[in-house]
Amino acid sequence: MEARRAQIRKRVRCESTASVPQFTNSPTMIVLVGLPARGKTYISKKLTRYLNWIGVPTKVFNVGQYRREAVRSYSNFEFFRPDNEEAMKIRKACALSALKDVSAYFTQDHGQVAVFDATNTTRERREVILSFAKEYGYKVFFVESICDDPEIIAENIKQVKLSSPDYVNCDKDEAVADFLKRIECYKVTYVPLDDDCDRNLSYIKIFNVGSRYLVNRVQDHIQSRIVYYLMNIHVTPRTIYLCRHGESDLNLLGRIGGDSGLSSRGNKFAAALGKYIRSQCIPDLKIWTSHMKRTIQTAEAVGVPYEQWKALNEIDAGVCEEMTYEEIQEHYPEEFALRDQDKYRYRYPKGESYEDLVHRLEPVIMELERQENVLVVCHQAVMRCLLAYFLDKSADELPYLKCPLHTVLKLTPVAYGCKVESVFLNVEAVNTHRDRPVNVSVDRDPMDALLTVPDHS
Amino acid sequence: MDDEMEACVPTPSRELTQNPLKKIWMPCKKNGLPEKHIFQRKVCMTNCPTLIVTVGLPARGKTYISKKLTRYLNWIGVPTKEFNVGQYRRECVKIYKSFEFFRPDNEEGLKIRKQCASAALNDVRQYLTEEGGQVAVFDATNTTRERRETIMRFADQNGFKVFFVESVCEDPDVIAENIVQVKLGSPDYRHCNTEQAVEDFMKRIKCYENSYEPLDEVLDRELSFIKIIDVGRRYLVNRVLDHIQSRIVYYLMNIHITPRSIYLCRHGESDLNVKGRIGGDSGLSSRGKAFACCLAKFIHAQDIPDLKVWTSQMKRTIQTAEALGVPYEQWKALNEIDAGVCEELMYEEIQQRHPLEFALRDQDKYRYRYPKGESYEDLVQRLEPVIMELERQENILVICHQAVMRCLLAYFLDKTAEELPYLKCPLHTVLKLTPVAYGCKVESIFLKVEAVNTHRERPENVDVTRMTEEALLTVPAHQMSTCTGLRRPPYRLYLLTSDPTVGPPTLAGLTPCSRGPDL
Repeated sequence: MEARRAQIRKRVRCESTASVPQFTNSPTMIVLVGLPARGKTYISKKLTRYLNWIGVPTKVFNVGQYRREAVRSYSNFEFFRPDNEEAMKIRKACALSALKDVSAYFTQDHGQVAVFDATNTTRERREVILSFAKEYGYKVFFVESICDDPEIIAENIKQVKLSSPDYVNCDKDEAVADFLKRIECYKVTYVPLDDDCDRNLSYIKIFNVGSRYLVNRVQDHIQSRIVYYLMNIHVTPRTIYLCRHGESDLNLLGRIGGDSGLSSRGNKFAAALGKYIRSQCIPDLKIWTSHMKRTIQTAEAVGVPYEQWKALNEIDAGVCEEMTYEEIQEHYPEEFALRDQDKYRYRYPKGESYEDLVHRLEPVIMELERQENVLVVCHQAVMRCLLAYFLDKSADELPYLKCPLHTVLKLTPVAYGCKVESVFLNVEAVNTHRDRPVNVSVDRDPMDALLTVPDHS
Repeated sequence: MDDEMEACVPTPSRELTQNPLKKIWMPCKKNGLPEKHIFQRKVCMTNCPTLIVTVGLPARGKTYISKKLTRYLNWIGVPTKEFNVGQYRRECVKIYKSFEFFRPDNEEGLKIRKQCASAALNDVRQYLTEEGGQVAVFDATNTTRERRETIMRFADQNGFKVFFVESVCEDPDVIAENIVQVKLGSPDYRHCNTEQAVEDFMKRIKCYENSYEPLDEVLDRELSFIKIIDVGRRYLVNRVLDHIQSRIVYYLMNIHITPRSIYLCRHGESDLNVKGRIGGDSGLSSRGKAFACCLAKFIHAQDIPDLKVWTSQMKRTIQTAEALGVPYEQWKALNEIDAGVCEELMYEEIQQRHPLEFALRDQDKYRYRYPKGESYEDLVQRLEPVIMELERQENILVICHQAVMRCLLAYFLDKTAEELPYLKCPLHTVLKLTPVAYGCKVESIFLKVEAVNTHRERPENVDVTRMTEEALLTVPAHQMSTCTGLRRPPYRLYLLTSDPTVGPPTLAGLTPCSRGPDL
């Protein structure tokens, strides 16, 4: 029994699955460089969200936040004048404090990547960071954002600066005027990364929000993935629609997986979806489905061309395919319990885990980043993974995100995150969401295991 | 029904039919035939074909990049072809005399070279518009703005997207090595000794240098291009327009030319192998374990610096790696092809239970997807991140499985989708791949531990109405559960005595006749 449990545990605990970069080596510091309002924090947060989603523990260290802790109330741009010695001292201290926390994150919290989000516009400041990294054996990768398009900068200021804690009591025009003066303070001493002087550093320079990139000395896999990601993201406004297929015949029976067709209510949903999509009048909408009958049937009703992605197929439940939860409890009570213990990492025998799903979906996410308006018709577990990416949900939350049938989630990127609107299309369906039960022990009573199973026929 | 529901009464949507080979659901017309208009997830998202144009002085790796990129794109399923203008020139000017041909004041030479470029572009047009090509790689120096403008006009007229790939390098060591690797062996220098060839080639490069106008950040800011500087130390990427260009950039940024070796092998013989069963997750047989030890000895003897070892997440590859005594990484992406409902069956059982599937597989082994399983085509997609990481790595040993190894090998040796599923990857044999010139040298090392043969050739008769006998003709020998000896492949012919309208013929209903070789 003990040996069998150990065997099961071994399968659950995912050994180094190498679609995720391997970290037998040193942690990496990503250091942002650029004038204010060049998208550094946007890039920092987005990159961090992506890396965490693919399984690389990453954290942002925003020096501006340290400054706001140190200097409780912001008066005006004068704080940032290059001749303001008092302020300079404080700003340097904040940077060093942030670096200290980076170190703690790597050594105590097992972080892999730290994103150091600050202007870092002087060679001197970058030297400080490089010495720090060298001392501790961290790799450094710079991400510089260069932009001289006044419209983009104005839009940035509008989207994220006006609502900053710094300008909480200002009127709009005052805030903009002050912020522009703030930028001027930095311009005086700004030394961009130089092709010649900095030729031994590893970096990417992003020009004008991605029309051009300069990439220098990519050292390893994670830097290569970061470059690829940064080169695929864009800031063009667009909307992403996520939904599941319409209710299927197996859904009605409370059975998981399989490749069944839509129930009559599912068909009604498909029609409603078509109507909803047409009413949204979305320019150049792309539609993606999985290779499974139920998503394709759903997309058919929308009446526009769609693409099938095998990567969007539902999680493979292996030996549990097409079973009800009651049957899983009857035939595989230990598996059932192990799944409740760690639903993210648990892999069905001869099947997949949520963790596997995330790896499988990474190219989908990459292509979603490249695209503009997209409707993705997929499945419960798949939708949870995609949603977790957009809404920055942890591995623990991911498998329990609520993605009910017949409900469209409309995601609109805004400021540093994503606005979500949930649109229920008024066609009833079974509930397929099973919450984590209280008792997850392998010795539990079947009743305890089945407590949270939703109703079905 | 309330009003809202009424408004949502579904209009009769199209029926779906599942393509029997690829198991893809497609809408069908009333006559049961599939509609055309939905499409599978193809790698290439562009509507129009793409023309990749190399730019750079001689000996900057343009042809190396062209060939490698073409190989990669074809492997991931994007029909790609390269057009090397130098080859057109060699067709035209049968004998190469000297660098004087390339002198910028040699009007005769210039005329010929321009004609060759035009001929190549014509072939590009044909490939992209009539032959179903998606990407054409136009491999030439293209060092003047004027030449590039000609190409862009051509592309514009034909509705092709253009993406430039420029290679800039001033490192004399790299250039010298290039010349040694690929120029000395060129048809141009067939009759020269090394010194003569090198000297002439250096003068040839000089001919181009004066008129060379590299892609410029400012002047060419509207163009889509990547500038590769010093063999990948630095890249300048401008205006990537679409998915395929993004993938090309990512690929180019991950390849390197540092000498290294890639070792590919399968796990040691497994218990299921011995029984002639496919798939599953069994452990090594005793011979398999012996192989693992031999592999360890072999690897140690090779004395490979910084060797990385990769396995799948299946027991048999991991057991094999364990014997090496070095750290290894497990990749789920390296798992064997999923045979779905046929997992752990013998070929005889597949023929018995799924004769139609078995025949379809023989008809198109690359695209055929097992019910609830995968196809080779799926495998390639699954393995693409593995290939990308293999390109980044240096010395590496990949311990994997038959179908997986075939896919990886096809990538390195530029095999077609038709050849791929029949590549020979026997157990207990290590393939050592060493990049050389424009391709890959392969050494096959059998580690002298016997194992079953798991290679099933395509039988002659792939028709769904074929006899069991014909389907099983090429099944390799394996242990049968009911007897202690090895099953021999059925070289005898059998006469059909049962009613042919009742299901496929089975061995039980047949009587042997004594024609053909008797084992």
